[in-house]
Amino acid sequence: MKLNERSLAFYATCDSPADNCGFLYKRGERHTAYHRRWFVLKGNMLFYFEERDSREPVGVIVLEGCNVELCDSAENFAFAIRFGGSKSRTYVLAAESQEAMESWVKSLSRASFDYMRLVVRELEKQLQEMSRGLPGGCSQDAPDPWKPKPSGLEQCRERLPALPAVPPKENGCAVWNNALEAEERPPDTSGHDEEGALRPPPLPPRRRASNGSGTASAVAQSPSTFCRLHEQYSREVARLRQDWQQKRRGSQP
Amino acid sequence: MRYNERELLSLARQPAEKAAEIRMSVPKKGNVLKKRLVKLVVNFLFYFRTDEAEPIGALLLEHCKITKEEENVFSISFIEEPERKYCFECATEEQCQEWVEALKRASYEFLRRSLIFYRNEIQKMTGKDPLEQYGISEEARFQLGAHRE
Repeated sequence: MKLNERSLAFYATCDSPADNCGFLYKRGERHTAYHRRWFVLKGNMLFYFEERDSREPVGVIVLEGCNVELCDSAENFAFAIRFGGSKSRTYVLAAESQEAMESWVKSLSRASFDYMRLVVRELEKQLQEMSRGLPGGCSQDAPDPWKPKPSGLEQCRERLPALPAVPPKENGCAVWNNALEAEERPPDTSGHDEEGALRPPPLPPRRRASNGSGTASAVAQSPSTFCRLHEQYSREVARLRQDWQQKRRGSQP
Repeated sequence: MRYNERELLSLARQPAEKAAEIRMSVPKKGNVLKKRLVKLVVNFLFYFRTDEAEPIGALLLEHCKITKEEENVFSISFIEEPERKYCFECATEEQCQEWVEALKRASYEFLRRSLIFYRNEIQKMTGKDPLEQYGISEEARFQLGAHRE
């Protein structure tokens, strides 16, 4: 079966944040000798490199559907990644400390796409329930129920002229440098801007419920609600930002 | 690159989020469209010859761009090689739009951003961190402005 290996290698080595990384000993398939490898966990993919600065991974373990457990081994701090099938290989890995082992077992056992999806759906449900409970109608500018046209995230970016230009992305890694994080920084850290650009404006006042009539249709799919909410909030933020910038300019000689 | 093919094949047999017979071309000379069974499972897109049980190939849908091309057609390309396109010709424009939307949301990175967004919204509304009940609130991958290498 062909795999888009070049893209996989790029994903492994690009500067999107890793969910965990470090040296682990990996037991060989046929021989029981352990080899020290540099491991990088991104999403549900566990890449391993010969060296920390190797350009390409030696291999990858697709973690979907796996179980992670401690295991008995002559090697200290050993744990295993097991899969369900009868002929499935078990990957035995060993960390260099108790702390490292616990950290890896924890992050690997929650690395699956399914797990993430579960958590996201649960949070989305919570948010919807809270929105229904709050008083107040929908904001005047509430966008139409989610329409499958340009991704809400892309549209939002185009409406924020003051921010550094970001290449359009859907599933891309450009997000790590983009406006989204700047807008959503929590209040106590909002003073600091890593880009060295203008400090972000103060957060908007506590907002009312999202579009009441839209919640019924928003139940359809969790990420569409996310996109819709994101788009909605972004417009408000953009407006506030413009106001703030004008005031700022106005106060300078 | 080595990978656990057995597990990936097993994943390909699982119930799909979306599956359909679609004409597809891979970025090779000629770019000939061929009828394939295309199946979306988690963040992988598998494609099969229509009469075979094992997929010919799989695409990991991270750092990719889904583009609506001409009528009924969309393409998938990857950030580092934007000119290499996998093209898909659907039966109808509606089917095409559905696939575009589904694929745009099919990455782990998209889920992560959604999680961070919802977490933040709930925290703003309630003052409480909804991830605490899962015991994952401290994980670096869920923080706003997630750490950079």
